[in-house]
Amino acid sequence: MNSIETIVLSTVKELGVEQENEELQNSDLTTILFGKNLDSMGIVFLVTELEEEIFDTLGLQISLADERAMSQKTSPFRSVKTLVKYVGSLVDEQKG
Amino acid sequence: MSKIFIITGTRKGIGKQLAEHYLSLGHFVAGCSRGKQSIEHSKYTHFILDVADEKMVMSMVRTVKKQYGHIDVLLNNAGIAAMNHMLTTPYQSAQKVFDTNFFGTFLFSREVSKVMMKQKSGRIVNYTTVAVALNLAGEAVYAASKAAIESFTRVSAKELGEFGIRVNAIGPTPVPTDLIRNIPKEKLEDLLDQQAIHRFGEFEDILNVIDFFIDKRSEFITGQVIYLGGVML
Repeated sequence: MNSIETIVLSTVKELGVEQENEELQNSDLTTILFGKNLDSMGIVFLVTELEEEIFDTLGLQISLADERAMSQKTSPFRSVKTLVKYVGSLVDEQKG
Repeated sequence: MSKIFIITGTRKGIGKQLAEHYLSLGHFVAGCSRGKQSIEHSKYTHFILDVADEKMVMSMVRTVKKQYGHIDVLLNNAGIAAMNHMLTTPYQSAQKVFDTNFFGTFLFSREVSKVMMKQKSGRIVNYTTVAVALNLAGEAVYAASKAAIESFTRVSAKELGEFGIRVNAIGPTPVPTDLIRNIPKEKLEDLLDQQAIHRFGEFEDILNVIDFFIDKRSEFITGQVIYLGGVML
């Protein structure tokens, strides 16, 4: 498991505890986020937690704001897998 | 109890006066400007940045959060004025005005709200201008950038209300600061004539409205724009 995957999964699981959602607490790469386990407010919480975690762990200033955030079909927040891929691409971009 | 303020545009003018005022009351202030700091105080931290630089804004807000643990008040004070006929306004000038006035307000609001939503409380005060209500000729781009802030104030108040974050805006009349030093005297007098109370604004007038917005007793006040001088929409 790479570091991005670890960060994303632990953040999703923490959010699952806060929201008392068992599926999120036991999440893996296949877990669906937006549209099933998280609504738009849930995504807002996930974004803020994840940005902070990335800053604390990797020391990178990353904004997860994305115009597709609230799109059912193409949102990078659709599943843990798409989110890991999205965060990974932003991290790579910033590391240059 | 001491509060943590973020005030943008604290090198001079109203922003500097506001920072000094809240510092004198024992609060902590984190300020910023494009130039170096002009306030020396043990409870003041300065950041040199452009308010439209996303990375720098994110970095400042995170640093303040780390330093103090929370943020109580955001005053989106930084702004630039632009007096020009729309036909002679260069595209780049229009962009610059929107960058500082609107995008600066947007970026600080977005980043500070992320901190405030977790603490379930926070107050944001944005800055508009009477030029919006008065539709002043010669200020098309400036007024448009501030009209965007008014709309942003109302909608973000709705989006952030459930997190205990209140967002309001103050619309000052001209106050004798650097911001209006290049405006012709006749133009300013004409503007004052359109106010219900015909005089320049003063620092105390602005402070009064900001204090009202951030007061604990104003917990039921959000999404509002208050113009000074009796200017009405």
